[in-house]
Amino acid sequence: MRHLILSLLLSLVLVPVAKGFEIEEQSRFGPGETTNVLRVLSTADLAFIRPMLLPFLSKYPDVAVEYTVASSSEVMKAVFDESQSYDLVISSAMDLQTKLANDGLALSYTSQATQSLPDWANWGDQIFAFTQEPAAMVLSNKAFEGLELPRTRQELLSVLRQYPELFDGKVGTYDVRQSGLGYLFATQDARTSETYWRLSEVMGLLNVRLYTSSATMIDAVVTGELAIAYNVLGSYAMNRADKTAFTIVLPSDFTTVMLRTALIPVTAKRTDLAGRFIDHLIERTNEAGPSLLQLGSADDQVDENSLRRIRLGPGLLVYLDKFKNRSFVNEWESAILQE
Amino acid sequence: MAPQVHIKGSIRRHLITMLLIGAALLAVLLYFVVQSVARQIAQESQDNILAASATAILDNAAVIDGEIMIDLPYSAFSMLGDVSDERVYYAIRLNDEFLSGYEDLTPIRSNGRSPRTFGSMDFRGEEIRTASLQRPIFLGAKSGTLDVTVAQTMDGQRKKLARFSLMSLMIGFSFFLLTALLAAVAARSATRPMHRLAASVSRRGPGDLRPVEAPVPAEMAPLVSSLNSFMQRLKHSLAESEEFIAEAAHRVRTPLAVVRTRAETTLRRVEKPENRQTVREMIRAIDESSRSAGQLLDHAMVTFRADHLEPKDIDLPALVIDLVESLKPLSELRDVELKVGALEPSQIAGDGILIQNAVRNVIDNAIKYCGQEGRVDVSVLRQGEHVQLVVEDNGPGFPDDPEQNLLKRYARGENVAGIVGSGLGLTIVDQVVRAHGGTLDYSNKTGGGACVTLSFPSC
Repeated sequence: MRHLILSLLLSLVLVPVAKGFEIEEQSRFGPGETTNVLRVLSTADLAFIRPMLLPFLSKYPDVAVEYTVASSSEVMKAVFDESQSYDLVISSAMDLQTKLANDGLALSYTSQATQSLPDWANWGDQIFAFTQEPAAMVLSNKAFEGLELPRTRQELLSVLRQYPELFDGKVGTYDVRQSGLGYLFATQDARTSETYWRLSEVMGLLNVRLYTSSATMIDAVVTGELAIAYNVLGSYAMNRADKTAFTIVLPSDFTTVMLRTALIPVTAKRTDLAGRFIDHLIERTNEAGPSLLQLGSADDQVDENSLRRIRLGPGLLVYLDKFKNRSFVNEWESAILQE
Repeated sequence: MAPQVHIKGSIRRHLITMLLIGAALLAVLLYFVVQSVARQIAQESQDNILAASATAILDNAAVIDGEIMIDLPYSAFSMLGDVSDERVYYAIRLNDEFLSGYEDLTPIRSNGRSPRTFGSMDFRGEEIRTASLQRPIFLGAKSGTLDVTVAQTMDGQRKKLARFSLMSLMIGFSFFLLTALLAAVAARSATRPMHRLAASVSRRGPGDLRPVEAPVPAEMAPLVSSLNSFMQRLKHSLAESEEFIAEAAHRVRTPLAVVRTRAETTLRRVEKPENRQTVREMIRAIDESSRSAGQLLDHAMVTFRADHLEPKDIDLPALVIDLVESLKPLSELRDVELKVGALEPSQIAGDGILIQNAVRNVIDNAIKYCGQEGRVDVSVLRQGEHVQLVVEDNGPGFPDDPEQNLLKRYARGENVAGIVGSGLGLTIVDQVVRAHGGTLDYSNKTGGGACVTLSFPSC
């Protein structure tokens, strides 16, 4: 609610023209008196982007960045339906980013930095991945006292089946109908293994609680509201100060990895600045450690073989299809809601 | 000096030019064929994958509770993205009613009844390749046609084709180079028999008019056959003229003998010294004429016999002794001392009459040119595989001018102007010696005098 009021205020103050899409936050960084303004529309909150943004600003002192945060579906709405002018779109919704590029709403960009990217991190020179963020299980240390921590989905299943009284109403996951990222994780899980459906059914039987963001799920684990948060963005959990309250588990049967991506929409005015920022993101990613493109040092559990990077490309369009979406959501509902 | 040959064009160059033009045309053709095949294959493979994608979608369409459900398989689009980062569009329609996908993507309708149709079109400013597949579907009471169109941009395709184009260019170019090389080799080998024929004809001796017998390619048969018949005619007319000369000489010689006899009879009757002197000169002139006629006859005879040589063993020393014996009267008449030197026993294979004729000519020449109170020595020596017949005199020798070839017909030395001669003597000798595979050498001795050496292979 606080966010909503803030964003409303911000939008009123900073953007006199009423926007059709809903903004969560908006800020401006860098010098006030400059014509070099890079306008970024992003799903990543300020806390996430700040460490990447500040070095950019100090590298280019005459550039200001106007940073707008919105949910992935609102980002899509802004770019796809309303053709709002932004210079750069950063999103965790790989499927929506793919759709933007596929539908010709992204500009091609090549530089030394983009060419240094591995194949899976660059689609058609239009979508550039700059982070790898695994979907993790976040387990409350308190709830699992005296129990062995599950390392795989199978182990999670057997723990849930063995101690239903312990976990009833204490399992949380994304509401795939509300969250784009949740939908992306769920569809990729379902694509990779049938275990996902069994797990969903078991979670449904245990009166699973549904969330729309990783942060709130982790909050709930910390407060003891939840014992298990399934398919949480590992990067969010790793960066928290109250890490001692929970254990982050990257399932070793397979770990779905989301790539956060950037693209330059066709409506961009300062494509030069946007290109510079993409280069900066990629370069920073290449030298910086945790939760960025080099996955690993944060967690010793990372096993390269169990990583399932979500592949950029037309395959992602499948889950955006009306029929596919409806049938998947139907199936998910019947598994998880147990009505 | 051979007369100048007028040259127009060159068969080899012509051949190479034609082959190169052909190779260039073929290379260009190859370039286009390879490119079009590549284009076709690329198109087909793209069509196939588009059709596979559409099929996968069609296969996952089902009717549940009277409503159509399509469970798009992930692979339907991911397979399209496997090859390159192409954009993918699709549209699903039921009886022309849009269900899902991109509404502005219209299916291509074939006029035939094929369930698969492919086509290229412009979509959102880019060229795309589309595949449309249909399938009948039953929705409760009514039935309909489910139409799935899958399309893909052609960027990667174009890049691939550009690569193919470069490759086919390289193929065409290397084909051209290879053919050019082969053309050069072919042209060279095609004209080789001609060079061979030319070389063999120009290698021949002047009197060699035998037909060309070495096998030649069919194309050269007319040339060789006309060359052969030309030589035949030449030989025939040569023979005719030789015969004519012999006949003429013969006809002159007989009346000359009669005239000489009459002159001798007259000499006996004439008493006045000045008249006797005139008659003697007459007799001498008649002798010279008759000798020339004889040499002409000899020459004709030698030419004929040399052409039809039937070698027999000849005892050269014996032949020399006989000849010297028969030429003694002539030498005595001229106050020349004719002597036989060393005679090493030796045999050669040849025509006795020709050899005798040649040796006689040499000795005769020596007697004639060595002058009053001269000396002529004849000897036979063995030199390894060869037998040499050496005739030496103490006369004035041969002229010093090396340019002058005394072996040519009617050629005479510059220093013999006062002596009657036909210029045929050495020519006849040379002809005979060469017919026997030997050589004729003439030189001047140090201290004066000529030396003529006939070498024959011994047998």
